[in-house]
Amino acid sequence: MNNVFVYCEIEGTTVAEVSQELLTKGRKLANTLGVELHAVVAGTGIKGKVEDQILPYGVDKLFVFDGKDLFPYTSAPHTDILVNLFKEEKPQICLMGATVIGRDLGPRVSSSLTSGLTADCTSLEIGPFTDVKTGKEYENLLYQIRPAFGGNIVATIVNPDHRPQMATVRSGVMQKALCDGPYKGETVYPEVSKYVSPESYVVKVLDHHVEAARHNLKGASIVVSGGYGMGSKEGFDMLFDLAKVLHAEVGASRAAVDAGFCDHDRQIGQTGVTVHPKVYIACGISGQIQHIAGMQDSSIIISINSDPDAPINTIADYVIVGTVEEVIPKLIKYYKQNSK
Amino acid sequence: MTLKIVVLAKQVPDTRNVGKDAMTPEGTVNRAALPAIFNPDDLNALEQALRLKEENPGSTVEVLTMGPPRAGEIIRQGLYRGADGGYLLTDRLFAGADTLATSYALATAIRKIGKVDIVIGGRQAIDGDTAQVGPQVAQKLGLNQVTYAEKILKVEGGKATIERHIDGGIETVEAPLPLVITVNGSAAPCRPENAKLVMKYKYAKCPSEQVEGDPRAALYEERPYLNLTQWSVADVNGDPDQCGLAGSPTKVKTVQNIVFQAKESKTLSSSDADIESLVKELLSEKLIG
Ligand SMILES: Cc1cc2nc3c(=O)[nH]c(=O)nc-3n(C[C@H](O)[C@H](O)[C@H](O)COP(=O)(O)OP(=O)(O)OC[C@H]3O[C@@H](n4cnc5c(N)ncnc54)[C@H](O)[C@@H]3O)c2cc1C
Ligand SMILES: Nc1ncnc2c1ncn2[C@@H]1O[C@H](COP(=O)(O)O)[C@@H](O)[C@H]1O
Repeated sequence: MNNVFVYCEIEGTTVAEVSQELLTKGRKLANTLGVELHAVVAGTGIKGKVEDQILPYGVDKLFVFDGKDLFPYTSAPHTDILVNLFKEEKPQICLMGATVIGRDLGPRVSSSLTSGLTADCTSLEIGPFTDVKTGKEYENLLYQIRPAFGGNIVATIVNPDHRPQMATVRSGVMQKALCDGPYKGETVYPEVSKYVSPESYVVKVLDHHVEAARHNLKGASIVVSGGYGMGSKEGFDMLFDLAKVLHAEVGASRAAVDAGFCDHDRQIGQTGVTVHPKVYIACGISGQIQHIAGMQDSSIIISINSDPDAPINTIADYVIVGTVEEVIPKLIKYYKQNSK
Repeated sequence: MTLKIVVLAKQVPDTRNVGKDAMTPEGTVNRAALPAIFNPDDLNALEQALRLKEENPGSTVEVLTMGPPRAGEIIRQGLYRGADGGYLLTDRLFAGADTLATSYALATAIRKIGKVDIVIGGRQAIDGDTAQVGPQVAQKLGLNQVTYAEKILKVEGGKATIERHIDGGIETVEAPLPLVITVNGSAAPCRPENAKLVMKYKYAKCPSEQVEGDPRAALYEERPYLNLTQWSVADVNGDPDQCGLAGSPTKVKTVQNIVFQAKESKTLSSSDADIESLVKELLSEKLIG
């Protein structure tokens, strides 16, 4: 009772990375609260295939729902599973990815259980809260911290009276790590029909097509990222050249994506991917708050910008004042000359 | 088949133009200080609704919005683009709502509107960025939902076939009506306002927007379609405890402005010497290579 739950999302029999990131975070929250970490996964033909992708992140108990038509995901059956399981288990916290699935499922579950849900949290902590109106004090609430209002402020949200406290988190915001502390690692296989009503299977997926990610931005140790200052799609070719010699991945600002210089899935920032590389090279990026939100934890930030007062320069370790057309070819040239 | 369609549309502060007084000391949005616009994704939703209406003659599209009295503007903008009517939910009791209380209010209003075939909203609002209201309305009405819709391919035989974007791919789903659909901002853009409709509806008003001694008072009697429907909590038989701040399980604990820790940075020029020494430094610290 009153444990921390993570909903694990799958594609076929592969557990999403964001779910593993949340398991790692969930383990820490459970330790702080002195409760167990539980996980739930639902799909078709997953028994025996997903346990090893979930338990090692420190899960005490895993609920595997394996049944026909649970994959591809549709809203109602997965909602039934969570709502009915949560009625039995009464978790105090439930985390899920801020993915298409998490954002489809989370609100439905929260509405059924009339519990609060905070989308797109960038940080989760445990702490006390005093309700200024009633003067009532609470211990050990989940602080759901997220940028709000177009990224211009950071708000800390709490759900004092309703359980579970639900939050979604984007991929890449938390970092996954196998758990080396003690955990129980138990798995149970509840009977799906006890949780899902037959009428819930009415939405049919006629066609489901997912491509493997074409890049590994999230895990890259070097990211070269281009903004509107790259000028064109051809300008981005130069970035891909730089990325190739440095063994880096290419990212982009939203302005560059909107201008069609680069594919949407490479967008970094509040509404894109969050990255934590060793080196982040921002090329022609001004550094608006929504972009910085996705890369501020990079170890070394290098900015190449013709404007010496570009906002990104204040958080950069190295500022190269100059145009990308001039600087990038030189970086490539001197790297080739000096490496090895 | 003729469809009764309700579009959920929100008036939002234009968060792309934020000034200093954007937040109140209590941590709620100071809407008065910002230009108010039609939430971008909701325009994409309206377009899908208007297309369905064209493909299914006899269908109706109505706009439902919850907000302060000035949100009546959203209904007018809908009418200018081809909607048939609208409803403004406005009441002090609705104020301060989180997504759960918002979806309660909208769902209660939809019940009052009657048998609706399709409820269609934007994927998310730019002020909250939560994408929660659509699915929560669906759950409260006991309806199926299709989120992240890119295109409604067809509605036939009581079923809708919809193409939707999912993470890293696309999906085509078939779902029985009645149905809640949320539409992406990348879906087809909304048609512009139609000049004739603007002429027809520009004086349309909700009761709370009408002022004493309006020189056009006679017009409203002559042309009943200029009187927009406005509902309070009581009008939709809502439970005040589930509305507004009272009905919101989430509370804002604190709000902070974002301040980034400025770093001590090294400034370089684009000269060959500077770039070469930087590359050497990064290599020697094993940051690259
Ligand atoms: C709700 C919301 C969410 C958002 N989410 C994101 C997000 O996730 N990610 C994101 O990136 N943005 C996001 N944005 C947009 C963000 O506010 C900025 O508009 C965007 O990051 C700006 O991109 P940019 O720096 O490439 O373009 P600009 O601001 O136009 O900056 C271009 C820069 O290039 C420099 N430059 C020009 N020419 C050259 C040259 N030849 N050589 C070198 N430098 C040059 C200029 O000096 C300037 O600094 C969001 C906005 C909103 C409202
Ligand atoms: N106050 C409101 N009035 C009408 N529709 C709303 C309101 N709030 C949210 N919606 C609808 O729900 C969608 C998602 O909103 P949100 O969950 O706030 O991101 C919006 O795009 C609208 O279609």
